[in-house]
Amino acid sequence: MAIMPGADPRETGTAVLPEPDLGAAGTTAPGAKPRSLLRRGWEVFAENKLALISLGFIVFILLFCFVGPHIYHTDQVHTNLTDTLCTPGGKHLLGCDNVGYDQVGRLMVGGQTSLEVGFAAAVVSVIIGTLYGAFSGYIGGPVDSFLMRIVDAGLSIPYIMVIVILSVVFNPNPVVMIFIIAVFYWLGVARLVRGETLSLRTREYVQAVKVVGGGGGRAVVRHIVPNAIGTIIVQATFAVADSILILSGLGFLGLGVQAPATDWGNMLSGGLTFIQSSQSYWWLIYPPGIAIILTCIAFNFIGDALRDAFETRLQRR
Amino acid sequence: MTSFLIRRTLQAILVLFLVTVFTLALVHLFPGGPIKSLLGPRATPAQVAHYNAVYGFNKPFYIQYFKWVGQILHGNLGFSTKLNQTVTSLIAQDLPKTVILVLLGTVVSLVTGIPLGLYQAVKRYTVGDYILTGVSFLGYATPTFFVGLLLVEWFAVDVHLFPPFAPQGTTVGAILSQPRALVLPTLAYAFVLYALWSRYMRSSVMDNLVQDYVRTARAKGASERRVLWVHVFRNSLVAIVTLLGLSLPTLVAGAIFIEVVFNYPGMGLAFYTAALQNDYQVLLGFTLIATLATIVGNLLADVGYAVLDPRVRYN
Repeated sequence: MAIMPGADPRETGTAVLPEPDLGAAGTTAPGAKPRSLLRRGWEVFAENKLALISLGFIVFILLFCFVGPHIYHTDQVHTNLTDTLCTPGGKHLLGCDNVGYDQVGRLMVGGQTSLEVGFAAAVVSVIIGTLYGAFSGYIGGPVDSFLMRIVDAGLSIPYIMVIVILSVVFNPNPVVMIFIIAVFYWLGVARLVRGETLSLRTREYVQAVKVVGGGGGRAVVRHIVPNAIGTIIVQATFAVADSILILSGLGFLGLGVQAPATDWGNMLSGGLTFIQSSQSYWWLIYPPGIAIILTCIAFNFIGDALRDAFETRLQRR
Repeated sequence: MTSFLIRRTLQAILVLFLVTVFTLALVHLFPGGPIKSLLGPRATPAQVAHYNAVYGFNKPFYIQYFKWVGQILHGNLGFSTKLNQTVTSLIAQDLPKTVILVLLGTVVSLVTGIPLGLYQAVKRYTVGDYILTGVSFLGYATPTFFVGLLLVEWFAVDVHLFPPFAPQGTTVGAILSQPRALVLPTLAYAFVLYALWSRYMRSSVMDNLVQDYVRTARAKGASERRVLWVHVFRNSLVAIVTLLGLSLPTLVAGAIFIEVVFNYPGMGLAFYTAALQNDYQVLLGFTLIATLATIVGNLLADVGYAVLDPRVRYN
């Protein structure tokens, strides 16, 4: 797990967006239909085959987890001890776990938790981090310095320790988990957006808000945030992957969501119990592990492609 | 340089103050307060009130804060009621063992990640680069504990090459006397960090390769080998030095998971056990020590960066 805002190589390049080439916008060949920014961004994104495959995979995994249970019916509430650790095949495509839950059905239910918490934690932390960072950067001066020292302080506490303590203190259910992850994650977003804001606030259109009597809130929400949206969306994509990883880590430690609910990390910790037994229970380990890895890789690829798309849409194509 | 040092140190002190306030505030989050969680669910209100008075938890927060900081400055980080020993002695016992693990993992990942990252940048967009990029994306996306699990499954259960457990023992000597048992924990740890260094090295070298000084060096007739190793490599290492200083939270997180997976008797495992037992003084002390290390690491990284790259001193 490489969750380290400020020192994450995935972030290189997001901090310095190229200046918009305003001259280029006016030089579209006469007669040629000007393409919208969104369209051009999508073209860049679609050129990246890995990103398209990743997007397809995410759609697939969403369908699998949320529509799947309506097609492939399994009992994920009552334990069934006669099916304990049954081998894959026949009635149970991927076998059963140690209390007789069907593994395929478990993957769906666990995936629902992982994806819901991942998305929600990403949204919450990105919203908080964006507003905090944008206001801090916009206000500037000693207030900005102090607000950023709070962020520094938060980032100096090894996040995993805070998260472990918080999950021990609060009874972890999925909603609580969202906020426990966001408590840490918004800090990195805030630092990044603040950096972006520092360069945006000197632009003429932001200055103009002040001239016409607009307040700070208007400047931030209507002008700074929309112009930093590339960075924000890219960061949100990575945040989903990171949140799924953190949740799985907590699930593995037994501090995540509690049974009969589960997530992919929780399923893995069940697998650890049996790893040293003489028989190989591979279906307890590989399916949830591979699900985590592929989902996180997919979000990382999408994030990379989005960054390229947002960067190039500002340049002449 | 002096003004940079002073400004940066003052910032670190402010951060330190905020961190200690956050950490102490965490204690008050425990259900029913720290004393209730210590005494257990069957404690009577009178007992809770009594021990609240003994430990000073009935005082205003700022008084508690100054008392606590005073204790820390005297080297007293609290007492583990579950383990019946002081937190300081617990740290003295477990920290060296964790340092061994962290050092081994970091060194192994650096000596693989830096050269391979350099190779990727030089041979960019070739098959080798794509394969290694795939490996580092795997490193990003794989939970640390899963790497550990897989290594145990493959090299300890399927093939009896290494023991599935980390070395056991209370002393550093005992740990080091079982080098075979150290292999899997080190590898699992190093794999996750490898992704970090190699990705960073790759992008850093690629940035440096298009700089003016490289063109100048080439124009002066320097061999490609000299350009790469004397000019580009040294400048790219600057970024790695900084990253190393900033990566302590990642190192701590990795250590906790690896120690739990392999049952390695270090600070991470002790922290995890304390968390399960609501042993809040241990949680507090360990978090504080890890945070202090992070702040010092960040400070050293910044100062190191300023020494190596004079441009950052003046903004």
